Amino acid sequence: MKIRVRFTKSGPMKFIGHLDVMHFFQQLLRRSGIPIAYSTGMSPHQIMSFALPLGIGLESVGEYMDIEIHEAAPSLQAVECMNRHSVEGIEILSFKALPEGALNAMASVTAADYEVGFREGFPPSFDLSAAMTGLFERDSVTVLKKTKKSEKETDIKPLVYSFEAFKDRLLLKLSCGSVDNIKPELVMKALYGYHGTELCDYALRIKRLDMYTGERDELRSLDSIGNDIDDQGDNNRV
Amino acid sequence: MRRLALSDEILLKTDKPVRYIGNEVNSVIKDKAEVDIRFAICFPDLYEIGMSHLGIQILYSMFNSWDDVWCERVYSPWIDLAETMKKEGIPLFALESQEPVRDFDFLGITLQYEMSYTNVLQILELSGLEFYAKDREDNDPILICGGPCTYNPEPVADFFDIVYIGDGETRYRELFDLYKKYKYDPAGYDRKAFLRAAAKLGGIYVPSLYRVEYETDEPDSLIRSFEPVSDDIPRIIKREVCMELSGASYPLKPIVPFMKVTQDRVVLEIMRGCIRGCRFCQAGMIYRPLRERSLETLKSFAVQMLESSGQDEISLSSLSSSDYSKLPELIDFLIEYAKDNKLNISLPSLRVDVFSLDVMSKVQDVRKSSVTFAPEAGSQRLRNVINKGLSEEDILEGCKTAFLGGWNRIKLYFMLGLPTENEEDMRGICDICDEIARLYYDLIPKEERKGRVSIAASTSFFVPKPFTPFQWAAQGTKEEFLEKARFVNSEMKGKLNSKSIKYNWHDAGVSVLEGALARGDRRLSKVLVRAYEKGACFDAWTETFHEETWLEAFEETGVSLDFYTKRERDVSELLPWDFIDTGISRGFLVREWENARTERVTPNCRRQCSGCGARAFGGGVCYED
Repeated sequence: MKIRVRFTKSGPMKFIGHLDVMHFFQQLLRRSGIPIAYSTGMSPHQIMSFALPLGIGLESVGEYMDIEIHEAAPSLQAVECMNRHSVEGIEILSFKALPEGALNAMASVTAADYEVGFREGFPPSFDLSAAMTGLFERDSVTVLKKTKKSEKETDIKPLVYSFEAFKDRLLLKLSCGSVDNIKPELVMKALYGYHGTELCDYALRIKRLDMYTGERDELRSLDSIGNDIDDQGDNNRV
Repeated sequence: MRRLALSDEILLKTDKPVRYIGNEVNSVIKDKAEVDIRFAICFPDLYEIGMSHLGIQILYSMFNSWDDVWCERVYSPWIDLAETMKKEGIPLFALESQEPVRDFDFLGITLQYEMSYTNVLQILELSGLEFYAKDREDNDPILICGGPCTYNPEPVADFFDIVYIGDGETRYRELFDLYKKYKYDPAGYDRKAFLRAAAKLGGIYVPSLYRVEYETDEPDSLIRSFEPVSDDIPRIIKREVCMELSGASYPLKPIVPFMKVTQDRVVLEIMRGCIRGCRFCQAGMIYRPLRERSLETLKSFAVQMLESSGQDEISLSSLSSSDYSKLPELIDFLIEYAKDNKLNISLPSLRVDVFSLDVMSKVQDVRKSSVTFAPEAGSQRLRNVINKGLSEEDILEGCKTAFLGGWNRIKLYFMLGLPTENEEDMRGICDICDEIARLYYDLIPKEERKGRVSIAASTSFFVPKPFTPFQWAAQGTKEEFLEKARFVNSEMKGKLNSKSIKYNWHDAGVSVLEGALARGDRRLSKVLVRAYEKGACFDAWTETFHEETWLEAFEETGVSLDFYTKRERDVSELLPWDFIDTGISRGFLVREWENARTERVTPNCRRQCSGCGARAFGGGVCYED
């Protein structure tokens, strides 16, 4: 049975990297007694995958992990049990059974919501709303995007699906996933570049709010794909 | 949410910020208002090294099991963060509360290896504490140390208020009860009085209450006397020994780090001590007698620890695991458990014989793992000198079984610079390696080979340690060490099967410094401070060790490095550590030193008692039938 788990990553946990998150969940599942399935072969590992890595320093209330379990486990108990064995900063929000044939989170994620705020002492020195509107009125929004091998001038306008600007924060809906991935930091780099102001590295506080699947105009939260599992009175060690 | 001591900005600029945030599964948070004693326990190296140390986990869990104590952890900040902390005036903090170490009642530092001493100074500096005990204030934490280096604490004695010698399980409750008496005294807290009272408990050395006198003021003068300042302070300090290991405290809820640490598994200490009596080995002497934990205890511990941590790998820890009397039963239990629970089993320190190879093939991927021998010396003659009871036949038989079982990687550990060593002994190292390669090619037909056999030989340089029969031996110089390594290297290259053999050797400069600190006296503390002031830190790490800094520190303080390393001591000499009683008699060590030089082998404890003195502890292997 394939399960999608939604969890948060906040507070001190924003300093642990993606591999550490995986490691943490491997051990959390063992502590909780969730009947996770293992791969076969010489070095069996838990069948687990994550939607999208989160950069160090970012918080999130919309992280997703897909796992495979070999016995049904009621959602309410699974969430409660995992939280009991977790730490401050990583909270399990839901535990849902995916329908037959559903793509895993990594393969299905296409967009994400971000909230960009500012740390104390580093407020934006200009009108965010006016600047964002002005920037995205242009036909294209080019910014220097660094990849592993090189730097490339990229037009990010088609990857910014929508935004909402407030006095002290921005909400961004961005394309993400394996095909067209864009990070909120890059949008901010473009914005500050447009305004001609230097962006201090540590000025931003970014929080991922949720992740989506589907086409740009028909986005569905990854959380909406599965369903809660009822208590079936099974003899599970949770 | 808990507030972190370091700002987001600093953490994001620092390498691996996860080292400094705490919050791990099974880390303990208490209300500081509800406890009487706050203890900061420190491993003076990086988090990933310190978190792999079992001793700290044992004490952490024991201290926190007491309602009146809250124990938190401290590790050395890496150089980048240490710089920032000094610049910004951020005091060193404990991981759990994120509060300054300076506010604690005790700061306990474990001394596992001499090259960590400059890190001890870094911990003190970052905590805002004076290096020397005499300069510290009444309300500063009591600085206490433990671990194997306490068997000669003299080079760092002037820094510590208390040195705890021996097993940590036994004496801390008494020490804490005593401390509380003084802390809550209506007349006020008298630090000196507390230390005086502590000095009379067993296993506790208070350096400030002992005076050392030297023959002259010259750097090469011997110790004339070592005396307590008054008659009520014990002249000799007996090491603490926990005889009942099965009932002793053990971390059944080990802290689980977020990041990958060196030892990322549940560790089961199956026994303490060793019966083999290898003459160079300090651990084999200072942890006598061999004491086992019962099979039932270990099974119960294993299950509880795996369940509370969620770890998927377990390791058996002891000096020589093959000597655990119930090893087959324990391993069968773990293999059975592993079937249902996807567990990896790691088995270091196993003798290479048919039994262990059979076990290893069940728990490891034979293609990826190697079989390890530690002959330490290249010839039977020299192995007899060091009492390492491993014959060439044992090695070749073991390799034969391994090769037939599918292994093709062999690791061999040797030492250079052992007492009485000659060229023939060194050539023997290369001969054994070549023999093993030849055995492989003779035994395994070409069609069945999975490539070349891979033989990795490495040599460390001999460092004489206190409380071993070799504590009087002369140590080689750096030049002598390097010459030996070069000799072995060129001989190795000349072997028929040299393409199958890889040889590497340790840093000679570090080995000599380790030698000086291991057998040093109080005159070395100023060398340590000078070296640290000149930038020495993380000396156990190759990339940050700068030999020049140390040599200059010796020069500038007028202390002779050679005096501590090159000299062979006369058995009548008063050694800096003679005030400690390990329970192993001086007579035994002298006999063994003599036996070494006449190449006589001493049988292991189970074969025949050699009267080392450990029998007086009333248990362990001395009383096994």
